[in-house]
Amino acid sequence: MPPATASPALSSPSPSPAAPDKRLRIIDRTMRLHGYASHALIETLHAVQEAFGYLDPDLMRYVAGRLKVPLSRVYAVATFYHFFTLKPPGEHTCVLCKGTACHIGGAAEILRQVEAMLGVHAGETTADKKISLMIARCLGSCGLAPAGVFDGTIVGNLTLDTVVNKLQEWRSHDADHRKSAGDCENRDRCP
Amino acid sequence: MTSNASIPPKPRTDVNPARIYTLRINGREDETILTVARQNGIDIPTLCHLDGLAERGACRLCIVEIQGSPKLYAACVTLVKQDMDVITDSPRIRDYRRKILELIFSERNHVCSVCVVNGNCELQNLAVKLGMTHVRYGYLNLTHAVDASHPRFSLDHNRCVLCLRCIRVCKDIEGAHTWDIAGRGIHARIISDLNQPWGESETCTGCGKCVQVCPTGALSEKGKSVAEMTKRPEFLPYLQMMRKEAEP
Repeated sequence: MPPATASPALSSPSPSPAAPDKRLRIIDRTMRLHGYASHALIETLHAVQEAFGYLDPDLMRYVAGRLKVPLSRVYAVATFYHFFTLKPPGEHTCVLCKGTACHIGGAAEILRQVEAMLGVHAGETTADKKISLMIARCLGSCGLAPAGVFDGTIVGNLTLDTVVNKLQEWRSHDADHRKSAGDCENRDRCP
Repeated sequence: MTSNASIPPKPRTDVNPARIYTLRINGREDETILTVARQNGIDIPTLCHLDGLAERGACRLCIVEIQGSPKLYAACVTLVKQDMDVITDSPRIRDYRRKILELIFSERNHVCSVCVVNGNCELQNLAVKLGMTHVRYGYLNLTHAVDASHPRFSLDHNRCVLCLRCIRVCKDIEGAHTWDIAGRGIHARIISDLNQPWGESETCTGCGKCVQVCPTGALSEKGKSVAEMTKRPEFLPYLQMMRKEAEP
């Protein structure tokens, strides 16, 4: 039996076939910046997630080996923090806020309908890998309740129709999806 | 991450920051209420504590009252200090201990009649000792898979109480750190390496220390039937002592 950290450390990283070395270099740079200290684990996992969109088991193995952190510890950290995801995200991401203000504004019903429409639960990605549905506990935009984030753009005053329209647009593969996302963004709802 | 296993666990300073040391011998001042009580023949029930392992303070079964404070303190991680007036047994403490135990029972499946450690189980013994007759809370009945991929041992998450003894013994005594805890809250569970089946773990040395320290039937030897398994965690203080001897 080889020593605990030696085997993953020495094995060459074999990330997903589509991953060129450029993204790996970003991860290496983050680790080097912190002197390969084991406490740089979270920082490095952040870099991995930013570069690859999710935490691949091979990449976790790579990071564990380089930082000399046990594999189980890497997995524990990756699953403890909600920021990290172990599954590749869909092409588009829809985050619906379930904070108090949004809940009162009817977010729960929107979420229920959207889940039924997409056939997935919150936190999952549709089978065609097009849309990831997520929930947030508060976006800090309570004045816009019910609010959501569509591919990084905050949209307020959601109704079931606006959400469904947006998702239909994504599903029919609208190339220019970012432009129309902010159509109801600037409307001021506060009385 | 602690690297040297034989160093005594560092006292937790967050639980009792304003302590005044009564005495210090060779620079050591790590006596907890639990150690002092046990040295003097006062029994305090524990579950996550194990002699020879770093303290965790997770199960809260060793809670005690300290006069002048409305809070309850975990005896295993609270250091003794001057003028401390400790009560280890009162109706209030007994009530809380029973509640904690019932909550542990309700969280997963602890059906003793079909368990390998029936009769030798620390959880079962605690229930008898604390006079737990029934569970007031609804069982969650979570379904967890059983991992029997290891050639000699098996892991049944349904019996796990998350005392984290296996993690501590693997990390501090064996030095492999094969186990850790994935997820949080109700989804927390023990995993080996990158959530791999135990049998496929690259770091596991198969020493079986985790099996011996497990208080319940969560980790067990294969080939044992109902009530046939006994655990012997007595090797731990011995290991700790011998390692200290070996130090230069």
